[in-house]
Amino acid sequence: MSARTLYDKIWESRLVAADEDETILYVDLHLLYEVTSPQAFSGLRAARRGVRRPDLTLAVGDHGVPTSNQAAGIAGVPDAAVRAQLAALEANAAAHAIELYPLGDARNGIVHVVGPEQGRTAPGMIIVCGDSHTSTHGAFGALAFGIGASDVEHVLATQTVRLRKLKNMQVRFHGRCGPGVSAKDMALALIGALGADGGAGHVIEYCGDAVSGLSMEARMTLCNMSIEAGARAGLIAPDESTFAYLRATPAWRTRTDYADALIAWRGLRSDADAHWDRVVDIECSTIEPCVTWGTSPDQVVAIGGAAPEPARIPDPTRRASAVRALAYMGLAPSQPLAGLPIDRVFIGSCTNGRIEDLRAVAEIVAGRRVASGVRAMVVPGSGLVRRRAEAEGLDKIFLAAGFEWREPGCSMCLGMNADKAAPGERVASTSNRNFEGRQGRGARTHLMSPAMAAAAAIAGALVDVRLLAPAPARIMESA
Amino acid sequence: MTLSFIRSVAVPLPLANVDTDQILPKQFLTTLERNGLAAGLFYDLRFDDRGEPRADFVMNHPAYAGAEVLIAGANFGCGSSREHAAWALADFGLKCVIAPSFGEIFRSNCTNNAILPAALRGEEVVTLLAQVGAGALSIDIAAQTIEAPSGETFRFALSSNEKRKLLNGFDDIALTLRYVAEIEAFEGKRGGMRQP
Ligand code: SF4
Repeated sequence: MSARTLYDKIWESRLVAADEDETILYVDLHLLYEVTSPQAFSGLRAARRGVRRPDLTLAVGDHGVPTSNQAAGIAGVPDAAVRAQLAALEANAAAHAIELYPLGDARNGIVHVVGPEQGRTAPGMIIVCGDSHTSTHGAFGALAFGIGASDVEHVLATQTVRLRKLKNMQVRFHGRCGPGVSAKDMALALIGALGADGGAGHVIEYCGDAVSGLSMEARMTLCNMSIEAGARAGLIAPDESTFAYLRATPAWRTRTDYADALIAWRGLRSDADAHWDRVVDIECSTIEPCVTWGTSPDQVVAIGGAAPEPARIPDPTRRASAVRALAYMGLAPSQPLAGLPIDRVFIGSCTNGRIEDLRAVAEIVAGRRVASGVRAMVVPGSGLVRRRAEAEGLDKIFLAAGFEWREPGCSMCLGMNADKAAPGERVASTSNRNFEGRQGRGARTHLMSPAMAAAAAIAGALVDVRLLAPAPARIMESA
Repeated sequence: MTLSFIRSVAVPLPLANVDTDQILPKQFLTTLERNGLAAGLFYDLRFDDRGEPRADFVMNHPAYAGAEVLIAGANFGCGSSREHAAWALADFGLKCVIAPSFGEIFRSNCTNNAILPAALRGEEVVTLLAQVGAGALSIDIAAQTIEAPSGETFRFALSSNEKRKLLNGFDDIALTLRYVAEIEAFEGKRGGMRQP
């Protein structure tokens, strides 16, 4: 057999049948949450169909949940419509014997934080969820992607998904990122270079020494943003870091078949002579801390940069989009980004709501204060992330600095709960989408890394985190 | 639901990267139903802060009332996987979106809801945009063609499964369940990967 990529290998190993130009692939893990599953369960009921493999399915509540008072459970959710969705999820899970982490359970949280944290995500799997950031799980060498609600129903009924094969794109990150530059900046720099649809029709495999050097959490950040470049999935071949991470998860700590699994996992890598439809090379030393200026994640520049001059954009549709984005964002053509005053800071989401992200924020804000007039919140990605942060004393650092310390969920990433920005408010956000209205109608979102958002909170304005003096707490420690 | 021919004027929305958050904002996502989402379609673009229709938004123009076709810029429907965006388009009466490219999840959400995502080349889209005031388009799904008011005809690509689904209204689950023996054989051979 000819040389194959990791994507090809997973595809072939999960192949059930071909139907005209679509392939039916077996799904190893199906993740559910409250927003995109109720219609799927209604459809099943209407057609008198059941759930084929409840044991390969896991449900959480995350998108609409309030980020306070979760101990009160669903009954304590103030929004009646959200309450009804969470209740429907619980009823559907119970009716079909699907495991569900209830609201207030420490295991609950954002679906893409929970899967890996519990060890449910593993190399070689096909993982689907009715959410586009399912690409996050690709960090473990799984083929993971988002699907619509009709397809959720299809997976529930058949434990398979119908797809056409996509092309292979290899993105190679070389060298080392400089200080203050993180996986989020790698992702934003790539999206800026490719464009919001540059990855369309492809699955991206992230390769190169800079990727091998990333922690599992940083790899999740990178794979998470694949969809913002238009790629349906992004993945990274599993290696010793992957295996060490999995070994420590609740699922794998006690498994007796770990050694067998390890043998299979070690074969999961692209062959050296595999064919790539497209190869992109990025030198990490050229990446700077990034910040978006517009309303699409590809409208991004280094923090030292400026908004564009639309008159210089040749394509008329893209020019019109830039003009519209500048107006929405309240920016003038060529306006520098650094120094722009902000109103809100959001630390969280499936992109940057894990423990390493919170540590990065704590390191910047320790011993400092959030600028006056700025409302800043930290929303951990899961109950376990929250617990761990508290065990490390990070909550104290956040609270002392003037941050709100919330309970887990998607929160201000999409503003389905009470956590949203008001019209015209400017937000420094660690989430993944700066779309119009995403964080609240009229809200102006600037995407950036956790360290950059932390620095913005302290400065009260967009600022280059590398220019911030070392935190007072750190000076004290080293003295 | 089946779809074979469309004859309609087209609404022009020539913006790139119109994401599904714009097509249907999050405040409409708390529904348990697939129906009734027309009210939320392009909500922030269509209505002002007081909930009044914005006179300057193209879909509020009487000339486009009842239009079944939308013409948009590249990467239409990118972002969130919410099928609610497709449900809202369908509920509003839209049957076809023409654009240079589509978000991939959105594209399959469309064909699952009897909406045609017709990808044309950028210059063909520009040609159609220039003729929106000149009359109706005729779209033939079996022939995979769009006839402009001027009589020029453009061809769009569809996979055979997409076409079969649009023309016959097939349910993917029923199609897949014809392969239940293969699914069982796969499960017998390797199962899903063992779960904790
Ligand atoms: S955190 Fe944001 S992007 Fe991630 S799953 Fe939740 S809403 Fe989607």
